[in-house]
Amino acid sequence: MNAPDRSAPDPHGFLRGRERWRPVEALPWLIAIGAFFALPDYMILGTQVITMIIFALSLDLILGYAGIVSLGHAAYFGAGAYATGMLSAHLGWGEPISGLLFGGAVAGLVGFVSGWVLLRYHGLTLLMLTLATAIMLQELANVLEVWTGGFDGLLGMEFTPLFGLFENDLWGHAYYWYALAVLAICFLFARRLVHSAFGRTLVGIRENTRRMHAIGSPVHWRLVTVYTASATMAGLAGALFAEINAYVTLDVLSFARSGAVLIVLILGGTGRLYGAFVGATVYVILEDELAKASPEFWEFGVGLVLVLVVLFFRGGLLGGLDSAARRLKEARS
Amino acid sequence: MNPVLNAAVSILFDGLAYGMLLFIISVGLSITMGLMGFVNLAHGAFAMAGGYVTVSLMNLLGVPFLPALGGAFVIVAAVSMPIERLIYLPLYRAGELDQVLLSIGVVFMAIAGATFVWGSTPPSIRMPDFLTGQVDLGFKTFPAYRTFTIGVGMAMILALWLGFERTIIGAKIRAAVDNRAMAQAVGIDVDRLFVVTFALGSGLAAMGGGLAIEIVGLSPPFAIQYLVFFLIVVAVGGLGSIRGAFVAAIVLGIIDTAGKYLWPDGGAFFIYAAAVLLLLVKPWGLFGREQT
Repeated sequence: MNAPDRSAPDPHGFLRGRERWRPVEALPWLIAIGAFFALPDYMILGTQVITMIIFALSLDLILGYAGIVSLGHAAYFGAGAYATGMLSAHLGWGEPISGLLFGGAVAGLVGFVSGWVLLRYHGLTLLMLTLATAIMLQELANVLEVWTGGFDGLLGMEFTPLFGLFENDLWGHAYYWYALAVLAICFLFARRLVHSAFGRTLVGIRENTRRMHAIGSPVHWRLVTVYTASATMAGLAGALFAEINAYVTLDVLSFARSGAVLIVLILGGTGRLYGAFVGATVYVILEDELAKASPEFWEFGVGLVLVLVVLFFRGGLLGGLDSAARRLKEARS
Repeated sequence: MNPVLNAAVSILFDGLAYGMLLFIISVGLSITMGLMGFVNLAHGAFAMAGGYVTVSLMNLLGVPFLPALGGAFVIVAAVSMPIERLIYLPLYRAGELDQVLLSIGVVFMAIAGATFVWGSTPPSIRMPDFLTGQVDLGFKTFPAYRTFTIGVGMAMILALWLGFERTIIGAKIRAAVDNRAMAQAVGIDVDRLFVVTFALGSGLAAMGGGLAIEIVGLSPPFAIQYLVFFLIVVAVGGLGSIRGAFVAAIVLGIIDTAGKYLWPDGGAFFIYAAAVLLLLVKPWGLFGREQT
């Protein structure tokens, strides 16, 4: 292993170097734009992929950088989806962009309050608390049938065209660009965040909480802050989901959704932002192809892949790619 | 009898039977999590497997119900040992995330496998005559099967209590739960204890799965549907505490049953809310020890 970076005499230069844009980072955006022209019939699926990327990206902030393991991240996705949905269905506010921001804000608030309480705990207790909180919210949505539609789902949302111009048509073309724009903003925010001094303290907390306490870092507030940011982003994904489908069910808060986003992120690779892109694309497309053809095969496959990833490829797909590239380089030199 | 009192007794009785079921399935999870610190979300899969082994033994081989339950215990316990050695062992020292993911993967494979082999329609079994109908306990008649379940639960807690308090291996397990390093230092083969307790816990879950067929039904998603309940029993009771698992399971069983009778839509909310509150106040559960 060669690690000359670590002993670099100029640590600021090293950190700045990590933040510098590399040409390869244009690739996902080129693919997304290319897909619009090459596969116009698949834009609904494409929008699903993008929603999942935003959701997985939000999880990467807390899991990949701060090391917070959550089994209930769907709580914030669902909070955003229901907030945006209820704003339109009950108050008749159907302007999509403000509706989206409202969904994100509500989810952020839920994230702030729950994070402030939950992040005092760690390990198994935290795991159980995140799980139980999400299920509790799901049951709450079930009980508050008058507002949420309960088991039957929330109906009656109507959204006005984007900027008064672009309708959410049957092929999902306008909303594809809309979702892509939301993703781009979320990604730029996340990228800036993880490369900031704040982002470095998160990694410090992940690696050694005690030492971060010892050097005077306000650990709890750092965690609450990133948790709130992550919940807001998950809420934006949920709000987008509500606006695309004009329909929200209890499923948005389910354990299955929390599990799926975790699987997506692990599959792509944690703590590297682009893991969310790769994982979500592979997962959503494969699910679309396989889950309909043979649900058992799909489920078994997901389980097997998870076991194999945990036992043998801890970095996920991107981690595997990285180590393959490194090996190739070593073999050449 | 006064109708209100009558209903209350019925709720208590059904809740007790349900709680016993939760206890039988969850106690193994509590011990293995307390002993190994392994977050095993696949525990429900062993219960589901036990249910299907019971069904297969009865419907294909014509084994009577009680021996079939025993068969489920033995077969699932035996199968769980190589699984523990091959898949779980490498991750005992890994973080929670890895353990969670690995065991979710195992659950997925188990559910898909069970759907493939047994289909997704809930199977039916024929109960022996003495478990159908009602038993008269003097002041009121009760469903025979639930009475039987409570009896099995009582027998289990007695057997476990004797096993843990009065045998050498039980003492070794208690020692290892308390302080693994010290137990190893005095020459206890903790590694072998892992296998034994894992098999025991899986076997108990399997038996619980067989018992559950007549009460909550059986289908492949069973492995994940009740997982949250098992986890709540373990976390609320305290890791590695048999007494804690028992108290938590009975309380949860009674509250859940009462909720279903009295407020069918909203009862579940209060269970989760209560569990969250309790964990906030007592992060190590009712009878758990503080861990670092």
